[in-house]
Amino acid sequence: MHADTTQSRKAAALAAFAGLPHEPGVPKPDPILVVDKVVRRFGGLTAVNVDHVEIQRGSITALIGPNGAGKTTFFNQLTGFDSADEGSWTFNGKQLRGVPAHRVARAGMVRTFQLTKALSKLTVMENMRLGAQNQLGESFFRALIPGIWRRQEDEITERAEKLLERFKLAAKRDDFAGSLSGGQRKLLEMARALMVGPELVMLDEPMAGVNPALTQSLLGHVKDLREEGMTVLFVEHDMDMVRDISDWVIVMAQGAVIAEGPPDTIMSDPRVVDAYLGAHHDAPMSAEEFQEQLQEAEAELESEIEEKA
Amino acid sequence: MDWNTIFITTVKASIGLETVVYALAAIGINIQFGYAGLLNFGQAAFLGVAAYGMAVTVATFHLPFWLGIAIGLVATVVLAFLLGIPTLRLRADYLAIVTIAAAEIVRLIFRSVQFSSVFGGSDGRQNFSGDFFAMNPYPPGTYGIGPISFNERVTWVLTVGWVLIAIACGLVYLLMKSPWGRVLKAIREDEDAVRSLGKNVFSYKMQALILGGVIGCLGGFLFALGQASVQPDLFSTEFTFYAYTIVILGGAARVFSPVVGAAIFWVLLVLVGNTLSEAVGAGLLPSLFTVNNIGAVRFMLVGLGLMLLLIFRPQGIFGDKREIALDAR
Repeated sequence: MHADTTQSRKAAALAAFAGLPHEPGVPKPDPILVVDKVVRRFGGLTAVNVDHVEIQRGSITALIGPNGAGKTTFFNQLTGFDSADEGSWTFNGKQLRGVPAHRVARAGMVRTFQLTKALSKLTVMENMRLGAQNQLGESFFRALIPGIWRRQEDEITERAEKLLERFKLAAKRDDFAGSLSGGQRKLLEMARALMVGPELVMLDEPMAGVNPALTQSLLGHVKDLREEGMTVLFVEHDMDMVRDISDWVIVMAQGAVIAEGPPDTIMSDPRVVDAYLGAHHDAPMSAEEFQEQLQEAEAELESEIEEKA
Repeated sequence: MDWNTIFITTVKASIGLETVVYALAAIGINIQFGYAGLLNFGQAAFLGVAAYGMAVTVATFHLPFWLGIAIGLVATVVLAFLLGIPTLRLRADYLAIVTIAAAEIVRLIFRSVQFSSVFGGSDGRQNFSGDFFAMNPYPPGTYGIGPISFNERVTWVLTVGWVLIAIACGLVYLLMKSPWGRVLKAIREDEDAVRSLGKNVFSYKMQALILGGVIGCLGGFLFALGQASVQPDLFSTEFTFYAYTIVILGGAARVFSPVVGAAIFWVLLVLVGNTLSEAVGAGLLPSLFTVNNIGAVRFMLVGLGLMLLLIFRPQGIFGDKREIALDAR
């Protein structure tokens, strides 16, 4: 049963992408996030210049690109952690430009960070509880009367316990988050993001610094998100992971989206090869070209000798 | 050596006016710095605007005492907004710079010649505590156990002070057990993470700044009433740094640590000061020490003690060693 739903969700996601042209900015059948002409400049450097991109609902989309391609900056803009100089983007049809980060999260678009942000002096459980939304006890005056928020707190705790169980962190429940290993912190951060109840989960390099033993379990958790009907957009360098779990890949280079396509063919796209290896990389020379260059060089030498004489 | 006097003054110091005032200021700092991670180096200004708000209303404009208290409270909240709105969106260090500068600005305005008709210049304001002492339920006499006793005026001030401390501690306890306090502690750890979980970080920091300022300002009222006068130089930056010392001494982010810290701090100062002066009087110390310089020597000795405390018990008296260990990772 479990495997069946995974298969069907994956099949549904793949079916949505079937037959789409592999062009940057290709329209998707049911986009959850639509980005238009987003530009971010740092002084003279244009870090992000995305013309148009759509993220398909219910899919796992990977965002890849060489170092400095602007992936994280793009992420920061979409989630309200950085402002955009130009452009607009809508999430579920709701305009999000200029919306502060906490409202973006409340709207259902929750992110994690490249450098994990576990709140180290809070316990694992407190980290989890923090993620829950609309908490009565988070308002100053209601906080003073425990009777108002006690019941909600119990419900939140119950939900958190289930998630911790799933992420194999239940035994660490009362430990400080700062005492967890790097991989466990990644798991905690993901579980905490789920406490928000997101529709779109944005993972910034979920595999960075995770030991290989945990990689498989993390991959499984990401696939589970799609199974539960969430949409996932993630930045990643590890191509094995991208190939393994993503339904669609968007490639960024020098701030722009240069190609899109399914994970099994995207790495052979010439635009992607150019972006990773450089457009003017040295192709092997043919015999004629070699002869030609040799003659040119000799002619140059001879002309120099003649000038001197 | 009159050990009896030393003992009596020391015990009195542990619950005296200074302890009460500094405990309230430190409870405020503990909320801002200990729980929310806000470096407010201008706590003296919060006490100052409250004390002056009340004193000026009553002494300069001859308006009722309770209106003076209300104006003091409003002035504190306004100061918190003035400091917070431009700086709380920035990194924590900026708040520290702005608050320390603002505290000096406030003090210099209070002691300026220009406004001396309102604030009384460096002499400050007197004659505003009549209504407060008129409310004193204690008939004239001394109250206490044996020689450790206070007159009815001091007893009244201390009663109000310790009641306010109890209320403030209760408030902090309830708040920090609640989800509100959880958000605050999370902001101290990492603002961006809290933002990514849908919390309005700016609003929480502002609430913490105001709450800490208002609790501190109660200390300002008591300081002014207890001495029946205000002077601008009571609210110098030294005041803020003593209050920080008290918070760190007790252990940051613990409910009772500012109170116990304040008591220990003043007990130490008084004990060391009195012991030194008695010893000088009895000729027990080398001639290097005179009645004139032991005031400075006592601060050196207390400072040395605090350094040793931070080296051997960096978490403070109530702190949790495990939390400090996490920082080292």
